[in-house]
Amino acid sequence: MSAREAILSRIRQSLDATGDDGARRAAVGRRLSEAPRGVIPARGQLDAKARTALFCEQAEKIQATVQRVKSPDAVPKAVAGYLRSKNLPATIRMGADERLASMPWSALKSLEVRSGPSDGDDEAGLSHATAGVAETGTLVLTSGTANPTTINFLPEHHIVVIDAADIAGDLESALAAVRVDRNGATMPRTVNLISGPSRSGDIEQKLLLGAHGPRALHIIVVGG
Amino acid sequence: MQVTSPAFKQNARGALADVQLQKALGNVRAGFIDKRRKAMDALPEFDRLRDEAKAIKDHALASLDLYLEAYETKVKASGGHVHWAATAEDARGIILDICRAVGARTVTKGKSMITEEIELNDFLEGNGIRPVETDLGEYIIQLRGEHPSHIIAPAVHLNKEQVEEDFRRVHDHLPVARDLSEPESLLAEARRVLRAQYFEADVGITGANFLVAETGTSMIVTNEGNGDLTQVLPRVHVVVASIEKIVPTLNDAAQILRVLARSATGQDMSVYTTLSTGPRQEGDPDGPEEYHVVLLDNGRSSMLGTEFQDMLRCIRCGACMNHCPVYHTVGGHAYGWVYPGPMGAVLTPSLIGVDKSGHLPNASTFCGRCEAVCPMRIPLPRMMRHWREREFERGLNPATQRWGLGFWAFFARRPSLYRLGASIGIPLLSLFGRRKGSFGTLPLAGGWTKHRDLPSPQGRTFLQQWRDRDTLRQEART
Amino acid sequence: MNATEETRKPRVGLFVTCLVDLFRPVVGFSAVKLIEAAGCEVDVPMTQTCCGQPAYNSGDRADTRAIAENTIRAFEGYDYVVAPSGSCAGMLKKHYPGLFRGDPTWEKRTEAFAAKVHELVSFLADEMKVTSVAARHDGSVTYHDSCSGLRELGISAQPRALLASVEGLTMREMRDPDVCCGFGGTFCVKYPDISNAIVEKKTETIREAGAETLLAGDLGCLMNMAGKLSRQGSGVEARHVAEVLAGMTDEPPIGKGGR
Repeated sequence: MSAREAILSRIRQSLDATGDDGARRAAVGRRLSEAPRGVIPARGQLDAKARTALFCEQAEKIQATVQRVKSPDAVPKAVAGYLRSKNLPATIRMGADERLASMPWSALKSLEVRSGPSDGDDEAGLSHATAGVAETGTLVLTSGTANPTTINFLPEHHIVVIDAADIAGDLESALAAVRVDRNGATMPRTVNLISGPSRSGDIEQKLLLGAHGPRALHIIVVGG
Repeated sequence: MQVTSPAFKQNARGALADVQLQKALGNVRAGFIDKRRKAMDALPEFDRLRDEAKAIKDHALASLDLYLEAYETKVKASGGHVHWAATAEDARGIILDICRAVGARTVTKGKSMITEEIELNDFLEGNGIRPVETDLGEYIIQLRGEHPSHIIAPAVHLNKEQVEEDFRRVHDHLPVARDLSEPESLLAEARRVLRAQYFEADVGITGANFLVAETGTSMIVTNEGNGDLTQVLPRVHVVVASIEKIVPTLNDAAQILRVLARSATGQDMSVYTTLSTGPRQEGDPDGPEEYHVVLLDNGRSSMLGTEFQDMLRCIRCGACMNHCPVYHTVGGHAYGWVYPGPMGAVLTPSLIGVDKSGHLPNASTFCGRCEAVCPMRIPLPRMMRHWREREFERGLNPATQRWGLGFWAFFARRPSLYRLGASIGIPLLSLFGRRKGSFGTLPLAGGWTKHRDLPSPQGRTFLQQWRDRDTLRQEART
Repeated sequence: MNATEETRKPRVGLFVTCLVDLFRPVVGFSAVKLIEAAGCEVDVPMTQTCCGQPAYNSGDRADTRAIAENTIRAFEGYDYVVAPSGSCAGMLKKHYPGLFRGDPTWEKRTEAFAAKVHELVSFLADEMKVTSVAARHDGSVTYHDSCSGLRELGISAQPRALLASVEGLTMREMRDPDVCCGFGGTFCVKYPDISNAIVEKKTETIREAGAETLLAGDLGCLMNMAGKLSRQGSGVEARHVAEVLAGMTDEPPIGKGGR
């Protein structure tokens, strides 16, 4: 008997589920197809305007910085401004995201845009979020050429653009957006739910930012 | 690792005498409890979410076999590999084969209790592969050749001075003048050293907080981002997870996530919650080329259907140990194996046998705080008592204890003998102790009087006095 | 229902607990006074012994069951069963039913019994709707929440509310009053060093509170804390909360001589 069979049969024995388990199978099938949503906190059930406001408030509470701009066209300037304010070189790493690509980067002559995944030598990286979660100030990023995962973790500063329309009230709604994004059941290889900059409390329980991932997370909210 | 649970008492004595440790344990008492309380108070639905989280796990466990099969199907469909391991040894063998197949020399690791359970690091080293722990706390204790003393804060038993000493010893390039006196500078040093390791590693190994049957997804929850660098940079990502990590759907995982970080560190969400489904997809510019999941049983399937099944709901948040008066006093290492605190007191006997770990379920005051804070509503004291029952049935308790208990029970079962014995013994004891009010020493009460005085009885027993009063009343009536 | 039944006082069986019986009868008499003042009739069955926790928590189910049967027989005829201890009341109320689950003759009987069981102070406040007591205590007190009473029976606000009605009494809360004192029944003799380390932390918070008297609802915890305070030479006195609520504080405090 293979290990797989041994484990599964021991589970069935322990559960006393050795006979007909039509009822169990039906319950499992139902749960997987219906995926009930359980308890959704009231704070996540808001209208669009309040959602965006709550998202910004929660993100700042967990040490992200938040900047709101009216339109995508304002993003390159906001990025350049952030880099200047942190005394960083005018260089930004980003993937092939179409929304980012259509922004007027060339108008900023001094800003160097590096394309593709991060090699670990970038001071700052830029991503476009797939969704946001207002209840916790969480960003949802998905892997792919558009937004390589390495950009989320290797640069010291991570700047993330999010369209206010993509901010969901609750986590379940944001995850639904991820699923739909890739033709139904298929998931992107990696989904990163990011809530604030990297941190550690491992030495004497003292909370410090920038453990292995970015020391700073700057969120640019477009519209809303 | 060597199991020292049988020596719990000696371990505890050592811990009590360890000044550094006692200072560090103060951080547990001060840090976690208030943060959890605040996070909980800020979410009115917290208790309902606990009920929901419990129900989800109960449901998943009742059909664990079916969900595992569904999960496996999805992982395969996403291009990943699933390996089944009945024992720790099987799991180690599978992981070694995966590493050898790609000629791995360095392996980075995200924080994972399950790889502690299967003693993976020693095994890999013994086979010429260098494991590098990347979680800051895990990295520190790896340098020290120690094991985690807490399931979410592995180095909570250490102070910054001890960490500085270790860094100076191992990072031998460090100039003496380099300041490493504060957690900030220590973190910067660890970050710098570990950055290089992520790029050097051929295989990245992580655990999993959840395995999602609906999508074939594994999830990890971290704050540092080390788990992500561990899995995104090497060619191969290996997930090691025990079978009870299964949840049916992403929505179910979302429910449990709401209680996990709040219970653990008082955060609404940990910084990084990462969902991984299969290897690098077509067009992906980064990510692992191979994705493996090792599903470990190692005793779990035998807990199903027993009085210990509820333990399989555990999500490893650490709230039980953060609130445990015994853990606060002796720390995690005293428990003598991988899992400390109340959850360890229940789980350890299930995994290594109660004959080796009998002290653990006994070393509890049954104060019930662990159960009160457990986000998954696991009846920890009740299960510790079940272990005590099994020990008692098998006659594993020390003879003196059984004799003392038998002596007491003999009287407690016989009311007239109880009254007789008490009416003679208690006034006598009172006669000796009443003037001073308490005893500093007393034969057969050494366990008590070693550290505290024993208050003397007031005089005659309540029942004696009550009967006299009743008799007087009746006489007055007639 | 006839007139005599309507006005009949509720009959309370007092489960005095073995520690109170043996070590501190004044707690029993305080309980009687308080229960009578709340309008009940009190009776004390002579066949009671101990609730069985030492056996139960040592894994000895057979002895526990025998002791439980004895307790149930002695008390099932009363309207209420009241104990001046959260841990003993918790044993009777929350744990006895589990001992008889599936037993055709005892299961129902035990559940009916358990439904009548109450800890003293919560019985007064929650069942008898007592909101104040006729007592005086000139001095400051601090109150320790014993674990079983707090977490199994939800006793926390009731003793504080009744203490607030005691004339002359000042409450000085200690830090973390809900943290275990390290007694734990047999735990304190099986693991004396750990128990000691826990009670040392407890007495530190008690001394910090700066109250003259330590109160709690469980004699086991009180003997542990009082014994430690005594060993440390502290002047803080310890009493069961019932003594203060009943105004019966003529006896020396726990562990103090002088009679």
